[in-house]
Amino acid sequence: MNNNLLTGELVHLTAENPEVMAECFSRWYQDTEWLRLLDTDAPRLLSVKKWKEWLEKDLEKDLTDGVFFAIRALEGDILIGFIGLFDLYHQHGDTLVAIALGERKYLGNGYGTDAMRVMLCYAFNELNLRRVGLIVFEYNPRAIRSYEKAGFIPEGRIRGAILREGKRWDWLYMGILRDEWLAKRIMIS
Amino acid sequence: MSIDTQLFEGKLIRLAPIDHEKDPEVESRWTHDLSLLRALWRKPAMPLSVAQMKKKYEAIEKEVDESKRLFHFTIRGKEDGRLLGFVRIEGVEWTHGIASLKLAIGDPVEREKGYGREALQLILRFAFSELNLYRLSAVVGEDNPAALNFFKRFGFVEEVRRRKALLRDGQTWDSIHLGLLKDEWLAINLKEEDHHE
Amino acid sequence: MNTNLLYGNLVRLTAEEPQEHAGVYAMWNRDSEFMRLLDAEPAYPPSVKKLTELIQRDQEKDPPAFYLFTIRTLEGDKLVGFIGLDGDAFPHGELFVGIAIGEREDWGKGYGTDAMKVILRYAFQELNLRRVSLDTFEYNPRAIRSYEKAGFVHEGRAKGYLNREGQRWDLLFMGILREEWLAKDTG
Repeated sequence: MNNNLLTGELVHLTAENPEVMAECFSRWYQDTEWLRLLDTDAPRLLSVKKWKEWLEKDLEKDLTDGVFFAIRALEGDILIGFIGLFDLYHQHGDTLVAIALGERKYLGNGYGTDAMRVMLCYAFNELNLRRVGLIVFEYNPRAIRSYEKAGFIPEGRIRGAILREGKRWDWLYMGILRDEWLAKRIMIS
Repeated sequence: MSIDTQLFEGKLIRLAPIDHEKDPEVESRWTHDLSLLRALWRKPAMPLSVAQMKKKYEAIEKEVDESKRLFHFTIRGKEDGRLLGFVRIEGVEWTHGIASLKLAIGDPVEREKGYGREALQLILRFAFSELNLYRLSAVVGEDNPAALNFFKRFGFVEEVRRRKALLRDGQTWDSIHLGLLKDEWLAINLKEEDHHE
Repeated sequence: MNTNLLYGNLVRLTAEEPQEHAGVYAMWNRDSEFMRLLDAEPAYPPSVKKLTELIQRDQEKDPPAFYLFTIRTLEGDKLVGFIGLDGDAFPHGELFVGIAIGEREDWGKGYGTDAMKVILRYAFQELNLRRVSLDTFEYNPRAIRSYEKAGFVHEGRAKGYLNREGQRWDLLFMGILREEWLAKDTG
């Protein structure tokens, strides 16, 4: 049995105190290029204090409909982003995953892919889910490529769901089934 | 259609507010039909007591009032005002002009009478001509072909298939996202108006 | 799709009405034999107010902490008991079931066994569980027989767990796996 379930090759997934995440979120959310890759909500710049309140309230919720982890680079134990499951339905064994790396210099170096690999392991081997899905925006080709590498398969597009900079963009849905994930692992090893 | 056309009046039904006195008992009864719950939501189907229904209605009105992202209507018979179902636009993202749609006629005996169709017509007009939305989504399980046909007849197009996302009665089913753009709705409406002239 | 997921042959399962049902539960709890068959906690009759609050508190949990239903007879629509699934081992697909038929005159009529069949179908077809567990007392042979009839298999016992009326009694563990239920279910 793998007891280092949350440790990958470049990163490990951790639980953090609200004040730690609050500081990161407040800072990361000011980078609107990053934010627009992650979120469709119009950015509101919330203070650290407000983020902390929000995160504390979130912690009180039951863990049955999602899990949240911070991503820390193994080298230096730097907090570089977050990854979480949401819309988790245990009885269907289905969930959505979302990931974001807030520290720019870690982008494009395999940290996100590694974190996703760890999370999929957790979803399939610890939570015993049957499938993991995600939503990615049409204008985020780096992420789309990364998810395809991880084994996610396109499942359709919500047409014109985003209006930004005067243009319409689609949401792309992707998903990976347990059997597909298992097959991919065998291929890698 | 013009500014003075009634948004919430149909021929057979009207869209109306919640009646906190009468409705909880009716909808509590509907929730004991688990196939209705399965058609509407993905969480485990659980019937709700009258007391729970009362609380739920209060929560709905609170959310309508505070979030500004939810528009919940009851569907009521035009003659006698009896509760037939509900229709709602939820998850509105104003900056993008998008939202999701849910519609239910609670009692199976009242289905296939044109109530759902009228309610959908009214809500589409509300969504596109009053909320000025660009598009609407509807999420339907592959195990609900009646709902799939219902939306497709109104021009909704299948956009996303989350494969085997649902597990029910030992079988897996896809979760299907359908979408209707305002332009598509306008085109369909214009065609219909041509037929009436 | 099975639309009558909550209907059995003798009973159906319904949602709890805190005010109405608390009154009935309080009445049942005045019978100490009822309490001792149901619970290991010291028999102590709760007030209607307390029971109302308990029901309301459980109903507020979202998603539900318990999947708790009342049992009503199909004939006469009489409230005869309650049954529920409870647990937190979500990734393992397992929950505990608990059941009680309230009045003596309703014991031994098959209501419990029928309600158990309904809840097992709900557990395996709606919640998609892999197994359902229960524990029961050595001095409740009627219940043990009922569970065996519903398909539960004996899995072990905690010896001398209970101490009542100067005697020690075992706590029995039983369980049913999805495959066993599928093999048993005739549809």
